[in-house]
Amino acid sequence: MHAINKYSLFNVSKKLCGCFKYASHFVYHPEQISNKFGKTNKKNMYQAINEAMDLVLSKDSNSVVFGEDVGFGGVFRCTSGLRDRYGKDRVFNTPLCEQGIIGFGIGLAVAGTTAIAEIQFADYMFPAFDQLVNEAAKYRYRSGNLFDCGKLTVRTPCSAVGHGALYHSQSPESFYAHSPGLKIVIPRGAHKAKGLLLSCIRDPNPCIFFEPKMMYRLAVDDVPDDDYEFPLGKADVLIKGRDITLIGWGTQVHVLLEVAEIANKDFGISCEVIDLVTILPWDKQTVANSVKKTGRVIVSHEAPLTGGFGAEIAASIQEECFLYLESPIRRVTGYDTPFPHVFEQFYLPNKWKCLQAVKELVNY
Amino acid sequence: MMYSSVMLKRLTNLNFFKKQYMLYSSISGNIQDLSYRGINKVNFIPTLDINEPSLNSMPIFRILDDNGDIVSNCNSVPVIIPENDELLKMYKSMVLLSIMDKILYESQRQGRISFYMTNEGEEAAQIGSAAGIHFNDQVYGQYREAGVLLFRGFTPEQFMNQCFGNIEDLGKGKQMPVHYGSKDLNFVTLSSPLTTQLPQAVGTAYSFKLLKNNRCTIVYFGEGAASEGDAHAAFNFASTLNCPIIFFCRNNGFAISTPANEQYRGDGIISHGPGYGIATIRVDGNDILAVYNATLKAREYVMTNTRPLILEAMTYRRGHHSTSDDSTAYRSKDEIEQWANKNPITRLKKFLEKKNLWNDQYELEYTKDTKKQIMQMFAIASKKNKPNWKEMFNDVYYEIPDHLLEQMNSLENHISHYPEHYVIE
Repeated sequence: MHAINKYSLFNVSKKLCGCFKYASHFVYHPEQISNKFGKTNKKNMYQAINEAMDLVLSKDSNSVVFGEDVGFGGVFRCTSGLRDRYGKDRVFNTPLCEQGIIGFGIGLAVAGTTAIAEIQFADYMFPAFDQLVNEAAKYRYRSGNLFDCGKLTVRTPCSAVGHGALYHSQSPESFYAHSPGLKIVIPRGAHKAKGLLLSCIRDPNPCIFFEPKMMYRLAVDDVPDDDYEFPLGKADVLIKGRDITLIGWGTQVHVLLEVAEIANKDFGISCEVIDLVTILPWDKQTVANSVKKTGRVIVSHEAPLTGGFGAEIAASIQEECFLYLESPIRRVTGYDTPFPHVFEQFYLPNKWKCLQAVKELVNY
Repeated sequence: MMYSSVMLKRLTNLNFFKKQYMLYSSISGNIQDLSYRGINKVNFIPTLDINEPSLNSMPIFRILDDNGDIVSNCNSVPVIIPENDELLKMYKSMVLLSIMDKILYESQRQGRISFYMTNEGEEAAQIGSAAGIHFNDQVYGQYREAGVLLFRGFTPEQFMNQCFGNIEDLGKGKQMPVHYGSKDLNFVTLSSPLTTQLPQAVGTAYSFKLLKNNRCTIVYFGEGAASEGDAHAAFNFASTLNCPIIFFCRNNGFAISTPANEQYRGDGIISHGPGYGIATIRVDGNDILAVYNATLKAREYVMTNTRPLILEAMTYRRGHHSTSDDSTAYRSKDEIEQWANKNPITRLKKFLEKKNLWNDQYELEYTKDTKKQIMQMFAIASKKNKPNWKEMFNDVYYEIPDHLLEQMNSLENHISHYPEHYVIE
């Protein structure tokens, strides 16, 4: 299942220059961070992720990093330098076989080794679906806690990249959200990525860490050099507002932040923006508190509408906040089509679609 | 356009050059400077041959014949016959397993437990291999390996607690019967999806290699399971990543109703070995001494070389696939009868009798006592309570997340309103 790697993706975009415009559909909002985690430096998301793995490998001698092409640094450079530092027994290539990678990772974790597996693109996780859903997710439960694979973390690049088409753009989080036993986490940038990845690796449950690939180079934050973690299962309220709640994760958070700015500036609408951060188990409390205050809500994700995680959030909100809702819950998402190549700009739930939804709901 | 046509020309030239070169090289037949990554030695031949698979099967290693005699030419290899105590332990374990099987099979027929799978005909493959590995070695099984667990010290009570899913079940009543597991005995809890345990066992073997803890893994699977993609993944990962693992295949001729000749067309499961660069042994699975020796040898090989090995035990599934299957729907009673005469238990019994370690009187007493004990244990296991229903929400995660607590409270509230509709112990 070899993917067109990052280089070919970028090369294609250069060669076709003039035919297509690959400006990203969002503006990255760097993190405003306190210095509570110590000294920081400007890093992009792949560097932050690399640092997280570097920290784990240096502190935990029984930890390994593996997957397709991770040895030379990975097709997105996330593992660069690690093999030189920790040896080819601890940072290594596997044969090209996703079900093998995850099964192998589970076995490492069962034996107590910290296993950080990489699936080259989230689009190629499906061959490992059985190992993730039937095995990893259910290991502790079915054995009465005799065995578990809590030391397994699966990292994988996900979401739109401008021209990734069907198999380099998918956001498959909702497939896994239906699988009790897994934790699913998606960072919105470099600062969050490092802390959340460290939490995932150390969490005693198997975690899937989706990395929105468009942000690998684009998302530059002040990232602490030290070790730090963020709690899993906790959403972040990024902008406080009165009129409507906007919920997203990953890249889409930045779309929503921009929507909030425009809505405020041009229409005087006060939006509350929430990054869900963890898809499973998700932070219902933070979401419900916000919706009870604003009375209106939009959930927005790149993945298709039907069966998307937005449906789960919307259903829970109507159950928790029925008496507080002043308009229907709206989902602004990808369409129920495969992710297209030349139509990407029409497909994505971009800021204009979200803005239209905000105006419609506020005027409902 | 200009650029691409130039490139095209260059490419064509290159191909032309390559063709010339290869033609030249095959004629000269003396090429030292070419190499292909991933194959060891480069030879060219001027004839176009199709490489047909060999028609010969790999022979089957055997020590005991059907009469319980050591086969005549066996002296040529250093065969290890276990001490008398060990031999008797192996024999008694096989008999115990078959008695437990009969009782639990019957109990399922009477509706006392929901499901069962017997080990009939495969007792030697299980117990012979269990005796050949170290206690510390991690076992991953499929589901027809109760004998391995039994030999390691899992008690009949523990088997029955699991089948009843009672409060003593280590798995807390969550899985179907026969899905055993024991942390203390290094036997990873079984799961129903076939072959998923193979790449996992490879991962565990890799972990052992890193830790240099002198452990290996042994992973059991049937010949049907070997058709799954996970088997391919496991063989290839184990080989490329140099893992100390024994792949133990129970080739019993059937995957439910599918005969092995509809499962593969190569020479059984060991024929995969050479393709993956993995060493192999094929053994008579009804000959416990052969299985024991083969496993000893396999373990020594995987530990010394830090390499995998595929061990294929040829046997026959004498019982039905499970209590949900009537195997006479797809195979004849004659065939089953024929294999009943090759019973691995009888074969070892004859050997023990010739060594004056066993006789019919011992047999009678042991069988009678064992049956009695197992019936008593069965009665006790059947009367034990089931775990509290709240256990259903435990161990999904290491901790219980809020949404699961909420669901547990909601069920508690529901039960308090409708207690008469539930069996609460």
